Amino acid sequence: MGIGTSINRVDAYEKVTGSARYTDDLRPKNCLVAKVVRSTIANGLVKSFDLSQALQVPGVVKIVTCFDVPDIQFPTPGHPWSVEEAHQDVADRKLLNRRVRIYGDDIAAVVAEDEVAAARAARLIQVEYEEYPAITTVEQAMAPGATPIHAEKPDNVLAHTSFRQGALPFDQAAAQPGLKLVEGVYQTQTVQHCHIEAPVSWAYQEKGRIVVVTSTQIPHIVRRVVGQALGIPWGRVRVIKPYIGGGFGNKQEVLYEPLNAFLTLQVGGRPVKLELTREETFTCTRVRHAIRFALRTAVTPEGELVARKCVAHSNQGGYASHGHSIVANAVNGYRHLYRERDALELDAYTVYTNLSSGGAMRGYGIPQIDFAMEAHMDDIAQALGLDPVELRLKNCMRLGYVDPGTGITCHSTGLEACIRQGQQAIGWEEKRRAYAHQTGPVRRGVGMAIFSYKTGVYPISLETASARLVLNQDGSCQLQLGATEIGQGADTVFTQMAAQTIGVPEELVQIVSFQDTDTAPFDTGAYASRQTYVSGMAVKKTAEVFRSRLLEYAAWLLRRPQAELDIQKGQVTDLEGVPLLPLEELAMNAFYSLERSVHITAEETYHCKQNTFAFGACFAEVEVDIPVGKVQVLNILNVHDSGVLINPKLAEAQVHGGMSMGLGYALSEQLLFDQNARPLNGNFLDYKLPTALDTPELQAQFVQTWDPTGPYGNKALGEPPAIPPAPAIRNAVLHATGVAVNSLPLNPQKLVEQFMAAGLISEGGTEHV
Amino acid sequence: MYDLERIYRAKGVADAIAALERDPRAVVICGGSDVLIRIREGKLAGRPLVSIHGLPELSEIRLEPDGTLVIGPAVPFAQVTGHPLIQRLVPALGEAVDQAGGPQLRNVGTIGGNVCNGATSADSAPTLLTLNAVVELTGPQGVRRAPLAEFYLGPGRVDLHPAELCTAIRIARADYEGFFGHYIKYAQRNAMDIATLGCAVHVKLNPEKTAVEALRLAFGVAAPTPIRCHGAEAQAADHRLDGVLLDLVGNAAAAEVNPRTSWRASREFRLQLVRELSRRALAEAVRRAGGVLDA
Amino acid sequence: MLEIIRMQVNGKPVELAVDPRESLLDTLRDRLGLTSVKRGCEVGECGACTVLVDGHAVDSCIYLTLWADGRRVLTTEGLLGPNGELSPIQQAFIEEAAVQCGFCTPGLIMTAVELVGTGRRYTRQELRKLISGHLCRCTGYQNILNAMERIVEEAYQAAQRGEPWGPL
Repeated sequence: MGIGTSINRVDAYEKVTGSARYTDDLRPKNCLVAKVVRSTIANGLVKSFDLSQALQVPGVVKIVTCFDVPDIQFPTPGHPWSVEEAHQDVADRKLLNRRVRIYGDDIAAVVAEDEVAAARAARLIQVEYEEYPAITTVEQAMAPGATPIHAEKPDNVLAHTSFRQGALPFDQAAAQPGLKLVEGVYQTQTVQHCHIEAPVSWAYQEKGRIVVVTSTQIPHIVRRVVGQALGIPWGRVRVIKPYIGGGFGNKQEVLYEPLNAFLTLQVGGRPVKLELTREETFTCTRVRHAIRFALRTAVTPEGELVARKCVAHSNQGGYASHGHSIVANAVNGYRHLYRERDALELDAYTVYTNLSSGGAMRGYGIPQIDFAMEAHMDDIAQALGLDPVELRLKNCMRLGYVDPGTGITCHSTGLEACIRQGQQAIGWEEKRRAYAHQTGPVRRGVGMAIFSYKTGVYPISLETASARLVLNQDGSCQLQLGATEIGQGADTVFTQMAAQTIGVPEELVQIVSFQDTDTAPFDTGAYASRQTYVSGMAVKKTAEVFRSRLLEYAAWLLRRPQAELDIQKGQVTDLEGVPLLPLEELAMNAFYSLERSVHITAEETYHCKQNTFAFGACFAEVEVDIPVGKVQVLNILNVHDSGVLINPKLAEAQVHGGMSMGLGYALSEQLLFDQNARPLNGNFLDYKLPTALDTPELQAQFVQTWDPTGPYGNKALGEPPAIPPAPAIRNAVLHATGVAVNSLPLNPQKLVEQFMAAGLISEGGTEHV
Repeated sequence: MYDLERIYRAKGVADAIAALERDPRAVVICGGSDVLIRIREGKLAGRPLVSIHGLPELSEIRLEPDGTLVIGPAVPFAQVTGHPLIQRLVPALGEAVDQAGGPQLRNVGTIGGNVCNGATSADSAPTLLTLNAVVELTGPQGVRRAPLAEFYLGPGRVDLHPAELCTAIRIARADYEGFFGHYIKYAQRNAMDIATLGCAVHVKLNPEKTAVEALRLAFGVAAPTPIRCHGAEAQAADHRLDGVLLDLVGNAAAAEVNPRTSWRASREFRLQLVRELSRRALAEAVRRAGGVLDA
Repeated sequence: MLEIIRMQVNGKPVELAVDPRESLLDTLRDRLGLTSVKRGCEVGECGACTVLVDGHAVDSCIYLTLWADGRRVLTTEGLLGPNGELSPIQQAFIEEAAVQCGFCTPGLIMTAVELVGTGRRYTRQELRKLISGHLCRCTGYQNILNAMERIVEEAYQAAQRGEPWGPL
């Protein structure tokens, strides 16, 4: 019972029986179906539509185009709103867009009686475009004379930020005698979240308000953005979030809820469903940004980092979404993990192109920088002839570190312990030695990578959360939050937290799994690995108030001082734990006492003004089949310091999922576009999400620290597991073959090409060096 | 819901052919794992369908008195793999189709559909080519037979006449007896994938098991259609079992195939795979045949 | 134009008028309210819509309802005991923490039903292949395999002892 126990998920019964209701499971029978009409060019302008044939299709109810929507630009990322205009998100799209900025852009929508009619009509709409050359790369976008994708940004640069610290400029620091300069350019690819439930919503009108039922991580933010996009008061929007089939950041975005809300208004408030296909999900929602990092490091022969420079270019795609926040977070992560003696220079650019729009995805820029930074650390180790583990230990973040950029402090760290534990478990020293001088077509290697990760978004953005507890007659209670369960197990750990703090078994705490913005307390939602930390603090604060109200009533009922009472295992007890009053009896009195009836509830907001770092390391052992470019992961282990684990079994499961995502990032996943920015492989056959047969045994271990700023000593866990596998595998391949692959993924063709270039595969394929 | 005009559930082969004759726009659907996807993509949207799904006369695997193995085209992959005749006579074919898609797909996707959609990546095709498979085609004019190698006309195109159905896949006794096979599917994933390259080998050794008596080598995705490598086969004939044999076959095959560059893989990468997989598939087939490759 | 078909769904005979254009996924969800059957890709690549037809796991999104005429269809709704008891398969998924977002779960459970139905023993590697028609983004398949391994072994042991074993 309570914190630190591996209770079963509170929603497991519903999920294994299929009775858990997801958005589409709740759709009313008379629901109309909407289909978005998508541009067949990536860059240009819609000149006109011919709807005549489409309107003839039986079952078509309404067609709206980009010429019919309000002239309002709105932002879509799931950030807390900022009341300061300078900190507000970029508002760069309309409900439907006349200016086409990606292939498959939203230019019109059909509402029909069924999906066949909607799809037929969508196919029959004729569109006349003015077409501009498609821009797929940062270089093309920044080239002189490139077409501005957004009029507001004539050079296509959405943002550029710089950061400098240290006694000297980089060039001067790096020019000091006796230093070695190591340079590398590292490129990450575009990948997609691949939640198995596609984005889906349905909307209708009730009492003059719009109700949107949607698969989202951020119901309260969806309410705000629907209001903004339609230009209506936010209180006229009600958002309901049922169970959701995964999000991973893509649903930390207001995707099609505003259009869905607009479409119900166009058909007199009748319910309209808007569900994306898998293909639309890949290219028309959000992706993880492809980022190129140019890294330069001056280092002493002993491995002390002296000067570091990072220039990052992030391919934003057509719309800003989370925009520059991602690459800014990436370079901040670069600043945090290692320290340098004399100089640090960071430059980050976010550049519009015509690819699918980059948004939030598990890790928020850190998987990208960690690949670059940790590949680079191995390159440095190799250049100096040092052990990669020792190089990291020498330079990594220590307890008490304060980030000069944000003030975020390292309040607890198990990083070194994670490294040592992983090193031991994988057999680092023997294997580094044993695999050092291999020949032959099949070779093995071990590699590792570390990371740090913030917990929540403070102080970049607001961190606020609230919770409510309501007593029932039998002594049980409802726990209600605005924080969302998206598969990660949030509802279960919140239940454990409330039970622990009130002093009752988990069975007496019933969490409300659906969020309805009319009734759910305010919380910005599931992202930034924030909920156990920030919303958890709201649960704790609310539970403390609730508990004290129970004790206050018990004191009155028992005629004993409140300070002499406790709640344990669902009973009011004395301080020695001797039961005095079952909670059920307390509750019945509180409800029905003729003398003193009070409905005991508590509702509190926690405004979080803290942040802390979680850490971890990944160790991987691989076998590389050189002639065919295949990497088999023989052994992979993540070791995490996420503070105190609320539910160790669920924590382990969370790590497995992140590692799997990291493995796909490392070896197979990549969303491809042709030179016209048309997506090539946006479906589950051609986009290589790992299957069970592609996934090795996943080992998760922990170093539990106690973080003084976490509600129960806990810190971030949700996103971190996805971060370190890619660089660890890249470094293991380097160890096995001597070939440093500086772009993701390490897929077979790329490996064969690089092995050929390195002379590991000779012409004819018969001799192996 | 699929955008199809109507669907006719045929009661037998003759009924299906009659239905196809009545409606030249009609598309034959069997397992559905290919046609339904093309309807959804819009490529076959709005068309009438003639369903031969699960027709008993197309769903059996049997042996004719002369030893010819006859595989009904409507047999799903999983049943091909699990059938005792397949396991006994042409196990490599069962293993090959066991690599198509995933388990659920293999419960519906059929071997006939795999052949008739004309894809160069069909997992059954290279192995069927190495078994000199013959397709039996039934149409309004009666029954005819065509070697599989001639049935493929081009990418996605096969020699099916109007209102014709594939009604059997036939493998003569002489084409499997004494042969040992192996198929390597090279894909980006180990399941749910399309082959980057497929390589099938069937080999027959001399009685002493010291040399190749006959080699048959075929590839998927190494040319616009699945392709046999007769040149490499000829070079291997009577060759003793050694590393030279593997080099010879790999290099000869690479000279014979004609893979293309696409976003899925480059021509150069596929050629490297042709060289390497030929070696590996042949080595494994030789091992299965009881031969030992000299170092 | 609707057509009448007869199926046995979760043990009960059903006579139903369906649109011939319907996939079995559409029919089960929209006509019979069996919403454990999930739509994830519509092209047989994710496995979320897996049901058993005559005991074989199929992707119901690429299976026309007309083809189920005269056949037995089983969905996750059909696994519960008469008083809502979980099958051992479902229990194993809970206890092994094999469930996260839950969207792929019912489909995987149906594949598990197909496997335990064979009464065979499978290695972990064989199980990897047998569940490879299901995509899961949450779990890395680790705990799903743990649950599968456990139930396949339990079913095998029960069969060796000649004892009945769930789910049905």
